[in-house]
Amino acid sequence: MSQSIGKSIYRKEALEKVTGKAKYTDDYPAAGTLHVKLAVSPYAHARIIAIDTSKAGEVPGVRAILLGQPFPLTGEEIKDRPPLAFERVRYHGEPVAAVVADTPHQAKRAAELIAVTYEPLPVINSPREALQPDAVLIHENLETYEKIEHVYPEAKTNIADRTKIRKGNMEQGWTESDVTLEASFSLSPSDHIAMETRCVTAEIRPDGFVVFSSSTQSPYMIMELMSRYFQLEKGKIIVNTPFVGGGYGGKVAVQLELIAYLATLAVGGRPVKLLNTREEDMITSPVHIGLDADIKLGATQEGKLKVAQITYLFDTGAYSDKGVTISRAAAITCTGPYQLENIWCDSLCVYTNHPYATAYRGFSHAELLFVFERAMDMLAKKLNIDPLELRRINAFLPGATTPTQIRLNESTVGNLPQCIDRLKQLMNWKEGQVTQVNGRKIRVKGVSCIWKTSTIDTEASSGVVLTFNVDGSVNILSGIVEIGTGTKTILAQLLAEKLKMDIKKIHVKMEVDTQTTPKHWKTVASRGTLMAGRALLKAADDAVVQLKDTASRVLMCSPDDLEVANDMIYVRDEPDTFIHVKDVCHGYKYPSGHSIGGQVIGRGNYILRHLTHIDHETGAGRPGPEYTVGAQGVEVEFDTKEFTYKVLKAFAVIDIGKVLNKKAAEGQVMGAMSMGLNFGSSETFVVSDDGIILNPRLRTYVPFRYGDHPEYLVHFLETPHIDGPFGARGVGEHGLIGMPAALANSLSIASGVELTMLPLTPESIWKETGGG
Amino acid sequence: MHNHTSAEITLNINNEDRTVYVRNADTLLYALREKLGLTGAKPGCLNGDCGACTIIVDGDPMKSCLMLAVEAQGKSIITVEGLQNTAIQTEFIDKFAFQCGYCTPGFIMNCHALMTKYPDADDSVIKDWLESNICRCTGYQEIEAAIKAALAAAKGEPG
Ligand code: FES
Ligand code: FES
Repeated sequence: MSQSIGKSIYRKEALEKVTGKAKYTDDYPAAGTLHVKLAVSPYAHARIIAIDTSKAGEVPGVRAILLGQPFPLTGEEIKDRPPLAFERVRYHGEPVAAVVADTPHQAKRAAELIAVTYEPLPVINSPREALQPDAVLIHENLETYEKIEHVYPEAKTNIADRTKIRKGNMEQGWTESDVTLEASFSLSPSDHIAMETRCVTAEIRPDGFVVFSSSTQSPYMIMELMSRYFQLEKGKIIVNTPFVGGGYGGKVAVQLELIAYLATLAVGGRPVKLLNTREEDMITSPVHIGLDADIKLGATQEGKLKVAQITYLFDTGAYSDKGVTISRAAAITCTGPYQLENIWCDSLCVYTNHPYATAYRGFSHAELLFVFERAMDMLAKKLNIDPLELRRINAFLPGATTPTQIRLNESTVGNLPQCIDRLKQLMNWKEGQVTQVNGRKIRVKGVSCIWKTSTIDTEASSGVVLTFNVDGSVNILSGIVEIGTGTKTILAQLLAEKLKMDIKKIHVKMEVDTQTTPKHWKTVASRGTLMAGRALLKAADDAVVQLKDTASRVLMCSPDDLEVANDMIYVRDEPDTFIHVKDVCHGYKYPSGHSIGGQVIGRGNYILRHLTHIDHETGAGRPGPEYTVGAQGVEVEFDTKEFTYKVLKAFAVIDIGKVLNKKAAEGQVMGAMSMGLNFGSSETFVVSDDGIILNPRLRTYVPFRYGDHPEYLVHFLETPHIDGPFGARGVGEHGLIGMPAALANSLSIASGVELTMLPLTPESIWKETGGG
Repeated sequence: MHNHTSAEITLNINNEDRTVYVRNADTLLYALREKLGLTGAKPGCLNGDCGACTIIVDGDPMKSCLMLAVEAQGKSIITVEGLQNTAIQTEFIDKFAFQCGYCTPGFIMNCHALMTKYPDADDSVIKDWLESNICRCTGYQEIEAAIKAALAAAKGEPG
């Protein structure tokens, strides 16, 4: 019987979190710490003519004022960004100067007194504008920037990168098509809104160690990038990460750490702290990417997709940091979960004068699926085929090849047709998509299918160390950051299952300290369970070997004859012959005093197998391990007069491989669905023609609140991913990615207009119906 | 050195008198976190929009970023550190009503005050109260389950 797998085990850190004892970065005592405050740009694009810091310098308690320098330039793929703007600002909210002072209010006062003279420049407000022949160049010297391999900035344009997918024969595809469909879509940048704003502390110790504490999803990446940008010795960088108050991709970026390092350097290594205000967290720090897209599909009369031609123009904002990888990820899964032989896709990472982009839960998938799944519904209408039937006819099946020409099998892709069938039942699909409620209101159902792989670094790895305590309990050390996903509790469940022991005797170290915690690449991409889970199982095997080795000598038998379970190591066919784990896990002491063994320390690591870069000309390659699929839907009540609506129910059927913790998995999916509905219905930056973000606060940005939520119905299928621990697939993001599309599909039917923009506010629907 | 006024004040927090030196401009949230080491109340926006800093003042939920420390003199302040084994804490765990946990202390304080004031709260009262707090991790359905279960549990108790 299963010890632990599938059960709704409470989070290991539950008590800490409900008593306010769980510590986040800003919760650690700051005595002796100096405070950093940023001065930020009021313009979206301007030349910096002069900066006068004289008044600011007179504020009591000010210890240093930092201004932009030409170097180093930073950026994960292309080094295009100074940590503090130099000579030019490229987005509203960009940091221009940093003040270091004794107290937060002194730093703030001084930052307000920094006088900057700007000369405004023309502003680019969308990727389409950025590609106009006469568009101003946001990075005039793009070709001179240092970059890594496999990124292709186009000189004298605003294109930071272009990923191409060329599969099959487009001409043939169009010839075989009876029907074609063309459409264009767009959505503006928005924000993650983690409730904990980003925070970092930094100091340089007398021995040269640079020590950070950061609310980050990627502590090990901070080490990597700090060393790359500032030529620091990697081993002498330590990053501590306690609990993180939500990330959703936004805390993958390394930004404030760079400024904090420069700040501590300026004050002789004294500890400094930089805590974003909400406004800074929304626009100064990186945001959720925007998109303009054009799509053309060809299909037979029977509904078989023959060809897809897609252009994705991602709005990376002023700098390319993660925008490059995001636009690449969109190309890799550009068609949604459908079988297509002929594909042409160009996915561009385009500079604009918006705040720069970073990862957002789903990593381009909510955006690309909004485009593709809207097009699927429009095609279904044109062909007069039921939208779910059209999706079923074209569903990606094992044996088919992806846009990057990789053949998937029963393990590497889940069962989409079954997800669709289950969704039909859940939504009572046969009742029809539209029900009249009264003279004014209708209830309408909309759907979307999803798929996602994780395009992560080909050398991404994860390590786990298990240390045994003298009482036989075990500590798990893993570099996964507890950002809310509960992955560390899942690790404890996996270990309980593997060692057949009580989960209460498994202790998980929640904090990450890069010096003592084994590395986990980044806590992103729904990959924690696969990577750390596999590392953990290997570490458990390693520990079992050590336990059996010592026990076999005490019990005078071969280790091959032994089993470990219920705190004992026993002879398999004579369970009465046993020794307690606690009596061997720190060595065994014979009555004579002689001792053997020693502390059991299990080690395990996991590296993703056979991943490759994709080919620059065709996109061919294996960019990710496994494709999770699903089908989602919403039911909305729509007021045909006022265009207001309420989402009554939201559905998700996801092939999760194996449910490891039921309530935790449902929670992840519901939370993601909520975020997807919020993004689809109301989240956006309101940007003026001058590129100024008009709503960088929670009062005007409108995150969902209690009571906005529909009823969530979540179902799981379990087609095992053979490589995953107990068959599990990643699920942290998947609840989100189909929601905007499903919502837009339902509202397009409700309003009678093919909606092409997000978010779907009553006003935007009214505008698209020709109002105004 | 400072050209503003500061003062030593006494605050009654979790039924203990605590003496603390604050500037007149310091918010109660700042005093709790930076002067008294009570970091359960969280900064999320510092202007009343998110509820992460919610505490209970004289029985009412209060956003501690919107109150000055000096204003809190003579009042009874309860922070999340002052709650232990309450029905709402138990139900938050049981219903998986948090993930990252950052919004949790604020929600719990608001719920706890609600339960004390309106033990019979119906859906609309619950919504009125809880919409002052934001959670970005959960879908709120879990929080709804937790407050409803806690209200029910509280009613089941004798007295
Ligand atoms: S910090 Fe007080 S309401 Fe947001
Ligand atoms: S649990 Fe993360 S914001 Fe509510």
